Amino acid sequence: MQGHSHYVPTSGIGKWMDSRLPVPRLVYDSFIAYPVPKNLNYFYTFGAILSFMLIAQIITGVVLAMHYTAHVDLAFNSIEKMMRDVNYGWMLRYLHANGASMFFVAVYVHMFRGLYYGSYKAPREVLWILGVIIYLLMMATAFLGYVLPWGQMSLWGAVVITNLFSAIPLVGPTVVEFLWGGYSVDNPTLNRFFSLHYLLPFMIAGVVVLHVWALHVTGQNNPTGVEVKDVKKDTVPFTPYATIKDAVGLIFFLILFMWFVFFQPTYLGHAVNFVPADPLVTPPHIVPEWYFLPFYAILRAITFDINLIIFTIPSKLGGVLAMFAAIAVLAFLPWLDTSKVKSTAYRPMHKQFFWAFVVVCLILGWLGSKPAEYPYTVLSLIFTGLYFAYFLVVLPLLGLFETPRKLPASIADAVLAKVRKGGAPVTAGAAAAPQTKG
Amino acid sequence: MASVQHSEGDRRDFLYLATGATAAIGVGAAIWPFISQLAPDAGTIAAGAPVEIDLAAIPDGGQIKILWRGKPYFVRNRTEAEIKAAVDVDVATLRDPQPDSARVLQGRAKWLIIAANCTHLGCVPLGNQGDYGGWFCPCHGSHFDTSGRIRKGPAPTNLPVPQYTFVNDTRIRITGAAAAV
Ligand code: HEM
Ligand code: FES
Repeated sequence: MQGHSHYVPTSGIGKWMDSRLPVPRLVYDSFIAYPVPKNLNYFYTFGAILSFMLIAQIITGVVLAMHYTAHVDLAFNSIEKMMRDVNYGWMLRYLHANGASMFFVAVYVHMFRGLYYGSYKAPREVLWILGVIIYLLMMATAFLGYVLPWGQMSLWGAVVITNLFSAIPLVGPTVVEFLWGGYSVDNPTLNRFFSLHYLLPFMIAGVVVLHVWALHVTGQNNPTGVEVKDVKKDTVPFTPYATIKDAVGLIFFLILFMWFVFFQPTYLGHAVNFVPADPLVTPPHIVPEWYFLPFYAILRAITFDINLIIFTIPSKLGGVLAMFAAIAVLAFLPWLDTSKVKSTAYRPMHKQFFWAFVVVCLILGWLGSKPAEYPYTVLSLIFTGLYFAYFLVVLPLLGLFETPRKLPASIADAVLAKVRKGGAPVTAGAAAAPQTKG
Repeated sequence: MASVQHSEGDRRDFLYLATGATAAIGVGAAIWPFISQLAPDAGTIAAGAPVEIDLAAIPDGGQIKILWRGKPYFVRNRTEAEIKAAVDVDVATLRDPQPDSARVLQGRAKWLIIAANCTHLGCVPLGNQGDYGGWFCPCHGSHFDTSGRIRKGPAPTNLPVPQYTFVNDTRIRITGAAAAV
C-alpha cells in the first residue's frame, strides 16, 4: 500500500530540506497522499481520536505536574489546592481524570472494531500486537496515575494491585518490597509511581509510532475485510477524506468528553477517593476504575486452588494468572481465529458470537463492581469461562464450521452495490470524485 | 580480517569470549545500582525499628489496631469462648494448617497479635465479622477465625503472626515482621 512517493517539493527550502531530512515528504506520504479504503466508517475514526487523547493527556498531565507534590503528607492537599486556588485548576484536573476514562472508551471501541472486522489477521498481526502492548502500557499508566491523588481508593488500589505480585512463587515477596521501596505502600512508592506515571505516556507515544508505521506498511483494513486491489478504484487520499471524517468523529467524541468534564466530572470516579489515604482503614468496598472492572472480576473469580495432579496452583496465583491471561490471550488472536474471512459482516455465525462476547465483557464489568459474595462469585467464574471460551474454543472452531457469505470482488464493488441499493447519488458522486482526479 | 585464516583460532575465540564476558559483567554492574535503588532505603529500614505496645487499656474481648512499618497489626484480647473456638478446630481441615497454640505465646493465649493485611491482596479485614467470628475481609470475601486463620475465601494463608515478646504482663515489643505474606 505504501507505493512510491509522489511528493514534489515546490519551494526552495522544501527542496533543500528534502535532500537532507525529508520530514515534509514523510508527512505528505503518511497523512496527505496516503491512500485509505474509501468505505471506512466512523469506527475507523477512533485511531485519530486515540492519538488526540494521548496528546491531551500529556499536555494536561505536564500542567498538573507543575502543581502536584508527590509526598504522602502533601499529595492530597496539593490536588485540593489545585482544584480551588490554581486558575482553571479544577478544569485541568477534571480534563485529565475524565480524559483517562475517555481514552479507555476510545481504546475499547477501537479494539472491538478490530475484533469485528478481523483487523488482527494476516498481514496485520504485528500491528495488532503493538496495539495490545499500547493497551497494557495504558493500563499501567492509568493505574499509576490513580495512585497520585493519594485518596483512600488510590492507596488501597495500590495495595491490592502491588500485592498481586506477591503471588509469584519464591521471589514474590521480594519483588513486592522492591515495588514499594519499603514495607508497605508508602512515600517511596508514591514517588516512584509519579516518576513512572510521567514516563510511560512517552513510551506509549513511541509504540504508537511503531503502530502507525506498521499500519502504513500493510494499509488499513476496512468494513469488507477485502484488501485493496486497485488503489485508484478502492481508495481515496487521506487528506481531505480521512482527515475530515476523523475531525467529525473527534468533535462528537469531544462533546461527550466535555459533557463529563463540565456536568458530571466525578461520575466516573469514586467518592471515597476524596477521603485522604489511611493505611488503618480499608474502604468497605474496593473497586477499580470502570475500565479495569472486567479484569477485576476475572481476578476474583478464582477462589479455589487449582489441582493439576503434579502440582497445585494456589487460588491467589490462579486469579492473578487468569487476569493476566485474559489480556495476553489477545496477543494470540491472529492465530486463534482460523477463519480466512476477515470481516464479521460476512460471517453470520461469528456475528452472533461477537455480540455475545461483547455482552460477556459488559457482564464481567458489572460483576467486577459487585461485592465478592454469592451469587456474584459464581457468576464471575461462569463468565470468566465464557470469556476464555470465545478465544480458545469459539474462534478456533468457527473457522472450520462456518460458511461465510460471498465476499464482494473488491472494495469498489461493495461501495457501488451499496450505493445502488440505497440510491444515494450524492454519496456516489463524492466517492467517485477522487477517481476522476486520479 | 574475516578472510585471514588463523591457525591459532582458539586464541581469537578466547579474546572474543573474554571481551564479551567483560562487557557483560560491566553492563550487569552498571545496571545493578538502578535495580538496587528500588529496595527499602536505610531511613525506611531504621524507621522500622521495634515498637512497644501497652496492653493494659484493651478490655476483655477488645481489639486495637496499631501501625508499624506502615502496616496495620491487630492486637486482640480474646475471650474464653473465642480461644475455645480457635482451639477446638480440627487442624487437618484447615487450608493453612496451624494449631492455635502455634499462633500465640505459651501461657498468653488471651493475646493474639497478627498482621492486619489480608493475605489475599492486603485489605484490612473487619473485626468480629464473618462466618467464623474472627475477621472478614470485605475486598474479596476472605473469612478468618478467632485465631486469624483463613477458613473461607481467596486468601491463601493465615494472617501472619509477627515476632514479639512480652516485656511485662501488660506490654509487648514487636521485633520483627511476620514471615512474608
Ligand atoms: C497515557 C496518558 C495518561 C493517562 C491514561 C493518565 C491517567 C491518569 C489518571 C487516571 C490519574 C488520576 C486522576 C484523578 O483521579 O485525579 C492521573 C493523575 C495524574 N497524572 Fe496522568 N495520565 C496520563 C498522562 C500523564 C502525563 C504525561 C503526566 C505528566 C507528568 C501526568 C501527570 C499526572 C499528575 C500530576 C496526576 C495527579 C493529579 C490528579 O490526580 O488529578 N499524567 N493520570
Ligand atoms: S484482600 Fe482480602 S479477600 Fe482479597
